[in-house]
Amino acid sequence: MSLDKMIEKQNFEGISVVIIDYGAGNIKSIQFAFKRLGVDAVLSNDPETIKNADRVIFPGVGEASSALKMLKSTKLDELIPTLTQPVLGICLGMQLLCLSSEEGNTKGLGIFQVHVKRFPNTVKVPQMGWNTITNLKSDLFKGISEESYMYLVHSYYAEDCKEAIATTNYNGNYTTAVKHNNFYGVQFHPEKSSIAGAKLLENFLNLES
Amino acid sequence: MLTKRIIPCLDIKNGRTVKGVNFVDLIDAGDPVELAKQYALKGADELVFLDISATLEGRGTTLDMVLHVAEQVNIPFTVGGGISSIEHVDALLQCGADKISINSSAVKRPELVKELSEKFGSQCVVVAIDAKEVDGQWKVHLAGGSIPTEIDLFEWAKQVEDLGAGEILFTSMNHDGTKNGFANEALAKLSDMLNIPIIASGGAGTIQHFVDTFQEGKADAALAASVFHFGEIPISELKAELKTNNIAVRL
Repeated sequence: MSLDKMIEKQNFEGISVVIIDYGAGNIKSIQFAFKRLGVDAVLSNDPETIKNADRVIFPGVGEASSALKMLKSTKLDELIPTLTQPVLGICLGMQLLCLSSEEGNTKGLGIFQVHVKRFPNTVKVPQMGWNTITNLKSDLFKGISEESYMYLVHSYYAEDCKEAIATTNYNGNYTTAVKHNNFYGVQFHPEKSSIAGAKLLENFLNLES
Repeated sequence: MLTKRIIPCLDIKNGRTVKGVNFVDLIDAGDPVELAKQYALKGADELVFLDISATLEGRGTTLDMVLHVAEQVNIPFTVGGGISSIEHVDALLQCGADKISINSSAVKRPELVKELSEKFGSQCVVVAIDAKEVDGQWKVHLAGGSIPTEIDLFEWAKQVEDLGAGEILFTSMNHDGTKNGFANEALAKLSDMLNIPIIASGGAGTIQHFVDTFQEGKADAALAASVFHFGEIPISELKAELKTNNIAVRL
């Protein structure tokens, strides 16, 4: 099925999306994914721009402790928890919103009440590729069916928790998406997850704020 | 369940696809962006672009191509070929490549693997290894397989894992181009030895070869070029057959 058929072309004119730019990872792909939905997402580390956006994306690829250091150097670690609009943490972005990460013994921003651990060596690490998401529990997954495939690349995972809105199985179930008030986090990469991923980003734009 | 990946590989020269491609519904078969979009639609899980440009200008156009692919394609892709510096990797990732693969440059200077994985994360560092079995010994080859070395495949693979490689793309020179199947014995040994994903490459000719490389070769992903480009094996048919064989695939 083509993207055009599954996703009705919506008009997102006037909605402002800011991707937090703190030097972590491949953010171009996220920007392009929004562009395919007809939205010009802005890259910024300016507190005012981030505060005033309708939607905020908190990306991240790389290593947790150095990513946190970069956040702290611009005081974004203090700003992010105060945001009131829908915020979506992607991959390491989601992990940094958790309580802690075993990676580099990092204390997270503590929005999601869950710890991040390393996959054991009984499975291949990193988990790399397409896996299914199940137990879908939020409007973020509107129109996305159980067992849809998403693209994942990660060595650390958030344990299964009460705030999970989706789980993935890799050496047992873990939290692959999580929600706390206006904060959302996804371990997978919606920007690289074909039609289902695009649908999720569209749903994020459509969330009631 | 994590699925096995099917990865078409496209050779790129001066920003254009080189090998002939036989897609009926393609406007411009030489346009990598157009091809990549088609493959994404047809169910490819990932793409690999191998830059075989010989000149700096040629490589410049590839950077441009990467940007256009990232703009229009919604599945992950890797770029390889002639990458030997942190700056080059940085430029490719900035343009939207998800992963890069290095080969000869890693053999010449193994620390490069460590430097790249520390700077950009293991997840985007693929080490490609071309090797040939001679008298029962698998030896690493350089420059597209043309220059033999005394380096043992398995020792080298272990070393790059320890240096921080996130994935290994293993091409058997004995099998590449033969269409007689993948090097499953060596692949299984690699997969048992290492704890990072292994991509099988070289030898795809039939659907059964893919079944075998996932079952016997224990590969995490399989890469091929001509069988996909010439429509000999449609990806949808391949995946359906893999599923029939109880191999987890994304349909």
